[in-house]
Formats: sequence, C-alpha cells, structure tokens
Amino acid sequence: MPRVNHGPGNNNYEKARDFKGAVKRLFSELNTLKTLIIVAFTLAILGSILSILAPNRLSDLTDEISAGLVINQDNMQSLTKEVTKNLNEKQLQKILPELLSPNMSEETIESIMQDNNISAENKRQFQEILTQFEDGNQTEAFSNLQKLPNNILEKIFTDSEYKGTTITTQDKIALIKAGKDLKQINLSKNMQNIFFQEITIDGTKITPQDQYKFIKTISTLDKNIGEEQLYKKLDTLPKSIRTVIEPTMNMSKIKSITLLLVCMYLASAIFTYIQSICMTNVANKFANKLRSRISVKINKLPLKYFDKHQIGDILSRITNDVDMIAQSMNQSLASLVSSITLFLGSIIMMFITNWILAITAIVSSLVGFIGMAVILKKSQKYFMQRQTELGNLNGHIEEIYSGLNVVKAYNGKEEASQKFEKFNNKVCQSNKKSQFLSGLMQPIMAFIGNFGYVAVCIVGAMLTMNGQISFGVIVAFMTYVRLFTNPLSQIAQAMTSLQSTAAASERIFDFVDEPEMSSQENITKHLDKKDVKGYIDFENVVFKYDGNDKPTIKDFTAHAKPGQKVAIVGPTGAGKTTMVNLLMKFYDINDGDIKIDGVSTKELTRENIHELFTMVLQDTWLFEGTIKENIIYNQQNISDERVKEVCKEVGLDHFIRTLSKGYDTILSDNESVSAGQRQLLTIARGMIHESPFLILDEATSNVDTRTEELVQSAMDKLTEGKTSFIIAHRLSTIKNADLILVMKDGNIVEQGNHEQLMQQNGFYANLYNSQFEQ
Amino acid sequence: MLKLLKNLTKKEWLFALFCIILIVGQVWLELKIPDYMSEITVLVQTEGSKMADIIRNGGYMVLCALGSLIFAVGAGYFAAYIASEFSKNTRKQIFDKVQNLDTEEIKAFQTSSLITRTTNDVTQIEMLIAMGLQLLVKAPITAIWAITKILNKGWQWSAVTGVAVLILLGVITVLMIIVVPRFKIVQKLIDKINGIARENLTGIRVVRAFNAEKYQEQKFDKVNDKLTNLQLFNQKKFAIMMPVMYLIMYGLTLSIYFIGAGLIQNSVLADKISLFGNMIVFSSYAMQVIMSFLMLAMIFMIIPRAEVSAKRINEVLDTKQKILPGTFDGNTKEKGTVEFKNVSFKYPDADEYVLENISFKVNQGETIAFIGSTGSGKSTLINLVPRFYDATEGEVLIDGVNVKEYKTEALNNKLGYIPQKAVMFAGTINYNISYGDNGKAKASETKIKEAAKVAQADEFIEKMDDKYETHIAQGGTNVSGGQKQRLAIARAIARDPEIYIFDDSFSALDYKTDAVLRKELKNYTKNATSLIVAQRIGTIMNADKIVVLDSGKCVGMGTHKELLKTCDVYKQIALSQLSKEELENA
Repeated sequence: MPRVNHGPGNNNYEKARDFKGAVKRLFSELNTLKTLIIVAFTLAILGSILSILAPNRLSDLTDEISAGLVINQDNMQSLTKEVTKNLNEKQLQKILPELLSPNMSEETIESIMQDNNISAENKRQFQEILTQFEDGNQTEAFSNLQKLPNNILEKIFTDSEYKGTTITTQDKIALIKAGKDLKQINLSKNMQNIFFQEITIDGTKITPQDQYKFIKTISTLDKNIGEEQLYKKLDTLPKSIRTVIEPTMNMSKIKSITLLLVCMYLASAIFTYIQSICMTNVANKFANKLRSRISVKINKLPLKYFDKHQIGDILSRITNDVDMIAQSMNQSLASLVSSITLFLGSIIMMFITNWILAITAIVSSLVGFIGMAVILKKSQKYFMQRQTELGNLNGHIEEIYSGLNVVKAYNGKEEASQKFEKFNNKVCQSNKKSQFLSGLMQPIMAFIGNFGYVAVCIVGAMLTMNGQISFGVIVAFMTYVRLFTNPLSQIAQAMTSLQSTAAASERIFDFVDEPEMSSQENITKHLDKKDVKGYIDFENVVFKYDGNDKPTIKDFTAHAKPGQKVAIVGPTGAGKTTMVNLLMKFYDINDGDIKIDGVSTKELTRENIHELFTMVLQDTWLFEGTIKENIIYNQQNISDERVKEVCKEVGLDHFIRTLSKGYDTILSDNESVSAGQRQLLTIARGMIHESPFLILDEATSNVDTRTEELVQSAMDKLTEGKTSFIIAHRLSTIKNADLILVMKDGNIVEQGNHEQLMQQNGFYANLYNSQFEQ
Repeated sequence: MLKLLKNLTKKEWLFALFCIILIVGQVWLELKIPDYMSEITVLVQTEGSKMADIIRNGGYMVLCALGSLIFAVGAGYFAAYIASEFSKNTRKQIFDKVQNLDTEEIKAFQTSSLITRTTNDVTQIEMLIAMGLQLLVKAPITAIWAITKILNKGWQWSAVTGVAVLILLGVITVLMIIVVPRFKIVQKLIDKINGIARENLTGIRVVRAFNAEKYQEQKFDKVNDKLTNLQLFNQKKFAIMMPVMYLIMYGLTLSIYFIGAGLIQNSVLADKISLFGNMIVFSSYAMQVIMSFLMLAMIFMIIPRAEVSAKRINEVLDTKQKILPGTFDGNTKEKGTVEFKNVSFKYPDADEYVLENISFKVNQGETIAFIGSTGSGKSTLINLVPRFYDATEGEVLIDGVNVKEYKTEALNNKLGYIPQKAVMFAGTINYNISYGDNGKAKASETKIKEAAKVAQADEFIEKMDDKYETHIAQGGTNVSGGQKQRLAIARAIARDPEIYIFDDSFSALDYKTDAVLRKELKNYTKNATSLIVAQRIGTIMNADKIVVLDSGKCVGMGTHKELLKTCDVYKQIALSQLSKEELENA
C-alpha cells in the first residue's frame, strides 16, 4: 500500500539537538513496554523473513508451471524413432514385392496389350517395365510402375492377402503412386496395420493409426516452421500421441507449493497484524503516559517557569509532540525494523541465489537511489523554506484579520494587500518547488524498480541461455528487486520521521526534566485552619526574580494583625502580583522570613499555606464543568445548601436559578456568563474555601455598573473577619485599609495608612491626587 | 468545489490539459511495460531465442519506464504549478474579500475561523489538486485501461481480480464506517485534553491556591484514558488494513498463477506459451487494477475533507458586502463636527434595537463621552462613525456630510480610531505609530516622537534597547497591555485626525497615566474633536458633553455636574466608583 503523504504541510523537518541522546532517552523511557516491543520487532523480522522466502517458492511455482510449456523431447524422439523404424526405404523394398504381389501372368499382359483403351505409348512403357522385372531390376521396375495409368495398374494389381490382411487394388495403386516419397502415401487402415506395430511409450499405447497420423503430420512440416505453427500442428495429433509428447505439469507439486505459499502469506499477514497491534499498544500507552506525566509535571513546576514559557508551547508538547512520537512508534518504528530486515535479507538471499544477478540488481538500483538522495535533500530544503514562508504568510493574515478594524480605519488595506501579495508569492514559489520535488519520489521509485527488472531480466536471460540458472531464478529476482528497492525508501521515510520524533521527545523530556519546586519532605509542622489566629509578619524579606540583577523586594518588613486589611496599591506593572506570589509561597524568598502566626512559611508545606489562604484574583478563572463544581472546586464535604447559601450571599442565586439547569449548568462556553458574573462566581468559590487569610484583587474590568455594585459588596463580605491582602483599586478600600503597601517598579516604596502616606506627600500622595487633577 | 475551480486561469486550465495528456501518456507507457515484461519472459522462457531480442525488448521496456518517468515529472510539474497558483489566487481572493467584509460579518464568521479559512482550508484544496489531480486522472484511466487489456485474456482470472477488488473495497468501506465517526470523537477529545491542560496552565495560581493539583490531574487522566482507549480501538481496527492489503495482493497473484497452471494444463499445446505469457501479464495488470482502486479509495477519503474546506471558502467568497463606499472626496468646509440625527441601529436579523433614536452634535475641539453599562450600545454607537456598521435609521454626519457619501479613504482620513483592544503589527515601533495612510505624507520621525510623547509612550520607548526601532512582535506580545494602548493612541495622534474615537482605550492605563495622557492630548489637539467611550467616571467627567446610554437609549446628556443632578443612571455609576466626597471635590 503506498504511503499517503498528507501534503508537505504535515512534514516536520525539525532536527533534534542531540539525535542519539534523544533516541536513547526515548528507548530508555520505553523500558516498561519492552516485552511488547520485542514481540513486535521479532514478528516484524519474522514477517520480513517470510516475505523474503516467499519469492523463492513463487519461483518454484513458476518453474513448475513453465515445465508445462515445452513438448516432451525425449518422448518425441523415441516416438519418431519407433514410428519410422518400419518405414525406411530398405524395409519397404524388402516387403514391397510380397506386399504388392503384382500379377504378371500371361493373361494379364495379354489383356493389357489388347485393351484398346490403353494407348500405344502406355503399352510400350508397360513392356519396358516387364523387361526390367525380367532383368530382376525390381527397384527400377517399381518406380516406373507409377508412371502407368490406372487402367493398366488395375489389371496388374488384384486384391491379395498379406499376412492375413486383404490388400485391395486401390491400396496397391496408392502405394505405387506414392513412389519413393513414402510419407505421402495415404495408407488405408489395413496397410497402416501392416506398416506400424502398436507401441507403448510411458505407458501410453499408440495404435498404428495414430502412429500413421503422427508420421503424416511430422512429414509435412517445413524445416523452418515457427514454433507456434508447429504447436498448432501438433495439436491436431491424436490423443495418444499428444499424451506422450505434450508437456506435463506436476499438478500435485503445484498444489503443494501453492498451499505452502498460502500458509506463508497468511503467517506473514498474521505476524504483521499482531505486530501492529503490539506497536499500537506501545504507542498509545506510551503517549498516555507521556501526556499524564506532562500534566503532573505542570503542577510540580515552580511558577517562575511559567514566567518564561508560553502556554501554547507547553500545550503543543501535550498534543503535537506526543502525537508525533505516538505516530512514529505506531508507523515508523516497526516498519524501520522490517524494512532493514527486508533490505539486508533480500541482499543475502540475492547473493545466495545468484551473485551475478545480485550485483546486477544492486548496482542498477543504486544509481537511482543516489539520484533520489540528492532530490530528497533538495526537497527538504524547499520544504523548510515553504514552512517558513507559510509561517510568515499566516502570521500576516492573522495580524491583519485580528486588527481589521484598525487596518480599515487607518486606510491600511492597500499596504496589507501589498505585503500579502509579497508573502503569498513567496509561498507560491517555494510551494511549486517543494510540491514538484516531493511528487518526483514515486515515479523515480517506479523507474528504479523497472530498470532493475530489465537489468535482472537481461543478465538473467544470458545466464539462462548458458544454462546457469533456471527461469524461476529470474522470477525470484524480479521480486527481490522490489523487496530490495522498497525498504530503502521506507527507511528514508522512517529516518525523517525519527528525526522529528527525536526533536519532539527532546522537547517533552526537556519539560519533564525541568527542576521542580523545592522538596517538602523534611517539613513536619502543620498549622490547622481552625486554630490560626491571623498574624502575618514580613521580616526583612528579600526577593529577586530569576534573571533579574537587582532584587525586586529588598529588606521589606511589615506586620498584619488578625482581621486587618492590607491594601496593595501602585500603577499597572508595579509588581503587585509579586506580593501574592510570596504570600502563597508560589516563589521562595531569597532572604528574610514571612511568618504566619509566628511560624516561618519555610517550615510549612505549600499545601498547608494554600489551605490557610483564600485567593480571588482578577482573571476570573473558571473551568469547563457545572457551576456547582466551579464553586466547590476541590473542597471536601460541601453541601448543596452551603453552595446555595454562598451564592445568595454574593447575589448570584437568582441568576443561577434563571439558567436552564440551575447549579448544574455547564460553563462550557466562557461567553455565556458575563464578566461580572464570572467574578461573582470566583468570589463565591473563595467564600466556600473559608480560611483565615484572604488575597483579593479588586480590579473589575469591563463590568457594567450594576454588577460592579454586586461585586463590590460581595468582596466586602469576603473580607469580613479575615486578615486580608487586597490589591486595591477602590479608593474607599484604600482609605479604610489598616496598612497600605505602595508599590512602584516592582518594589514597595512606601507603607502606612492613608493619612500617614498623604502626610509623607510622596509617591502615594501623587498617585492619589492624580486621579482628580484637572 | 467545482465553483472554486472556476478561479483557475486559462493558462492553468491549459496546464491542466497538459497535465492530463501527460498522465494519459504516462499510463499508456506504464501499461505497455507489462507487455514487454511478458515478451521478455517468453523470450527468456523459450529455448533458442536470441539475446538481441531480449536486449531489444528490455531496451523498449526501459525506454517506456523512462518515458513514463519523464511524463510523470512533467505532470508533477504542471500539477505543482496549478496547485500553487490556485492556492495563491484563492488565498488572495479570500484575503481581499475579508478585508472588505463588514464588521458584522466578520463577527459572524469569527476571526479565527476566517484565518483558518484563508490558510488551512486553502492548503487542503491545494493538496487535493496537487495529489488528487494526478491520482484522480490516473487511477480511473489505469483501472479501465488495465481492465480492457486483460478482460479477454481469461474470464477466470478476471473473476478472481474482480473478487479481489470487491474484497478490497469492502474492507475499506467497513473500516471507514467503523472508524471515521470515531475519528471525529478523537479530535474532540484532543481538544478537550488541550482544554484541560490549558485550564490548568491559565489558572495555575488558582489550582495551587486550592491545592487542586490532584483534582486537575484526575480530570486530565480521565480524558487521557478515554482518548487512549479510543485511539487504540481505531488503530487496532486499522491494523487489519495492511495485512489484508498484503493478503489480497499476494493472494491474487497466487490465484492467478494457480488458475493459470490449470488453464495451461488443460489447453492445447499451441495456447500454452501464450497462456503463460498472459498469466504473467495478467498478474501485473491485476496489480495495477488493485492499485488504482486503492488510489481511488484514497481520493474518496481526501475529497470530502477538501469539499468541506471548499464550502467554507465559498461561504466567505459569497458573502456580499453591504457597506459600500460613497463618492465624496471629503473636502468639507466644516471641520471636526460629528452629528447623529435620530440614529437607530439594529442587527439585520435582530428584533431589538441596539441603539434607538440617538441625536447629538459635537463641534470642533469639543469632547463628547459615552457612558453606560455593558450592552448599553456605547461601542456600537461610535462604530457607526468609521462605518464599521451603518445606521439602520437616521443619519450620521461628519463635517455636515453623511458618512455613507464619503469615499472610504476620505472618511478614514478624518478619523483617528483607537479600539478597545490595542492592535499591534509586527514591525518597529516607528512602523506601528506611523501605520496606515492618511492621504498626506508618512509621519516624520519628529511627528512620531511627538505623538509618542503625547501618548505617554515616549518614556518606555526610550528605555527599550532599540528605542523607536525596537521590534514589536506579532500581536504585540513583547509589550504590556498599557504600553500597547499608549502606542495605539500614539498611532492615532500621528495621523493628525480631525476626530478622535476612543473606544474604551484607556482601560489598561492606571489612573495617573490616564489623566496625564488626556491632559496632554487636550493641549496637543486643541482643534480636534474627541469621542470617548469609557467605563471609568474619572476618565470622562471633564468632557464637554456626556451621553448616558441605557439599553440603547439616551437617558441623559450634559456635563458631569448637570448629569449628577438630573440623571439617575449616571449618578448610580458615579457613586459606585467614587465616594460622595470625591464626587463633590471633583
């Protein structure tokens, strides 16, 4: 089955950094599936061996069949010998006088001489013959007899008996007329019985009549007669003769070879099937494992990893890269094994069968393969070029489409079209080249196959003529040429896909091998949610993001008492989320300490800390699932009543009940719920969490006024009785805060309450005033 | 599909014809090869044949093979040419069409879908043409030709071949029926797995804050296992394909040989050799027949996919542009006035009006602001000015002329539009600020700098490595939201428009930057009119005129102070954002 090339778009020509290392790693990861792989590989090898052995049997079959084409020369010769034994001239002369027993009595002579119907000339001839007879010149006399007209001969030859068989006048005349050319004689049945004795060749009895027919047919043959005509003549022979000389096939042998071949093909098919089932299992189980490992890994990585890596990049590892590996496991790996086996096996078999033909086949294919390798290399270049050009074009299309309003409003259409044209033309050019080159592979393969075939045939024919090999060997070689050329292209294909697989596995294992968050094994302390009072102390905290030269937070000290509100303010991009990251231990601090109720967060597990905090962020994160699931999110023992209660509290209950399935409505499409409602849902989720500390981002973006009011009051409820850290946007929150942390450029520049900060007349005061400046 | 093919130019049709001729030639030569093969076979077979004959026939066969290779190369070239040109032209057509689509239709199609239509869908059809054109022509020709060549060579063989083809098609059909629907589910599951992983990644902080790692992983594993099982099912079913193909092919050869043996045995001597030759020829032609049916089956697998793509492309191409440009060149006496006269707007199929009977007028240099809750129609209202939509009833006048009468370029030259979501193009900052064409010369470097300064972008641009030559990544991923917004504003300023349209364009800015920016802008563009949509009271309270919208209706118009007294809706909004004293202080 020709492999469908799903267009160059799907070909991934990426190369791994370290091909060997990546492949090694891949196989070491496959260790658990070793047995299946070994079974698959063994079957692949067995299947290939069968494929290699089959042609020899097929050639045997052809030999057997072609044995049925040529006439049985031995039988033909012995038959001819037997048949012509009685029919040579000497033999004839011996028996002729007795056989003919001419009646040369006086009466006969007289009746001839007196017959007026006989011309004088004839009479004179007759007399001449008579003299010859008298002279004992029998041979000459008999040959001259044929010149006489029938009316004389009828008188000479009367019916007589020869060895108990009556020979009629007519027979005799015919015999005489035939003269020396005995083969031309039309012998009557009686005569035939005289000339030929029944013979038996190979157990077949041949009657004199059949022998006569045979001799008649053979004798009429021209020496230069074509084979076809000869065979046509032969086909007119009587059955007994045909049975003897016709070629015979050993049908039972043919049947047994066929049966053997059927078994081989069946076995090979079954091997292939089991092999692919094995590899399918390996591929999918491995893919499953890889995906699962990536999914687990996501949650083990420190957050800083995600600062530097894009979501799309990680997602593409889960889907594209894993798919790539699974696909090449499923298709390329086993086919690589069987191709290599086929390739090597066919070379070995070729040399075993006939080294001259083997060299012929290899050399003639090799020429083609060199050409193919050159093309492959070139086409790869164009494919890569095409990918880049296509990437550029797609990028441009994406850019223009997503900013179409701006493009239109700024009269940028012309420019966009020109750029598009440029990219489009480039894609078209590289497209033509890459499509063309990739289209060449198949025809070239076919040509190599045919060329090899002819080469093998010609050289094979020479060898056959010298009698060195049988025709079957050529037939076998015709298959070997195919077996030898096909795997090479498959190996080339598998190698390309192995390259991309190596690159993909490299990406996956790079991700899996990323350093994880610090170990928590030695942590024994645990703070219980119910017993925590609500103190948070920052003590000389120093924190620096990886890759930054200067610490983001240096020597920061602050204290929050139970129930206090701490407002974090600052312009966008001032690093307010840094505070969240540190509180939640998403990042480890470099120096100093953060204490919860006097216990260092370093001595607490991340899970423990998370348990103590409720976090409601600006980006309202909801997942695909029911509303209830979204609110309860991973909390244990939450009753439906509690969910309803919370929703009532934040003012969501009414909205949820208007939905078709109420609390069981699935939030599949994020658009079905407005931004404000999403915010309310996350607040409800936070409320259910019930913990002593709260982190809240007040920002509400694009929320309509009424919902905003709801959100505000829900947030106020959320802060009740909790030590809260609020990324504040409302002035009322800020003014009422017990402590304001003012951030700028990622650093805490001022802290204190509103009045204190206004008195300082620093950055905060400036910030506060700016909003109401004219 | 056929409709799209009309896009082929005459030259391409001619090339297609060449391609078909070449393919016919190729098939002809390919089918000649078995003849020579059998000739050679017979020659090798019979004693006394001359070496010269074998070499001659071998030479013919190689020539045929070479010829067919050359034809294939030619056909391949033409196919590649046609496919590439076709995709180029189709893509261009779609692109031009999309550029002229009305906003409403773009919304209906969705941008992401339009992108895939222009890229992937075109590629699908391109593939069909590149591969399919050859296969589509070659497969049936080969099949029919090969069949006619062998049809009278023995009905027994023909019957066996027929059975083989039927089994082949049967197996493919059954597999397709079983597997294809499941393939669609596989795609869905992959999307789902992607969705869950994305969910985990985008909400990584929340996931961790709620200690919900295991919860997410379990969710992931559930879909992962489902996907694996389904894939296993599919691929196990498909695993049967290869062995069956293999069996059919070899089985067919074997059957032909076996039947041949019987035929030869029972035939008269004269027919034996030719029967043998026929047998060899038949087996290779039968292979061709099987192969071409296989090819056909493959085409029938590609065609539906391409058909879907073609349909999606045609949907775009068939969309009629409703908003047509006028002829007025924009030379007006009046400058900078915007007037709405009893404007109502509703979407074509909707019952409800998005905007109802809106009237107002702003003069040069004035600022008008629009406020209201989400869905009140603010954005729709200002979108009527650059004609992203056309008013259903009433008139929108700019400089006293209905916007529908302007040439598109002339209208746009008067406007500086800044969307809610700032759009960045791949290119330098200079390029982004000077983007577009305003009917005048391209913005000079000083102008760009000036604009950046006014937009409060100068500071961060100067901090960048290459300053104004800094490259902005596609979609502006290397600048923050606030920076993007400031660059977008700078872009509008560099255009020197008569009228600015700010569609909630300050939302990503902090209060301070927002305030400074607007102040600077006011100073810089004394003569320009501004239309501002905003959520924040702080942004708009100094406007000359504020229009309060509620469910598409104008419920109040006036200055901040006036509205506080007269308009309840406005008061509510204001109170939700500012405390009473702040409102009074302001």
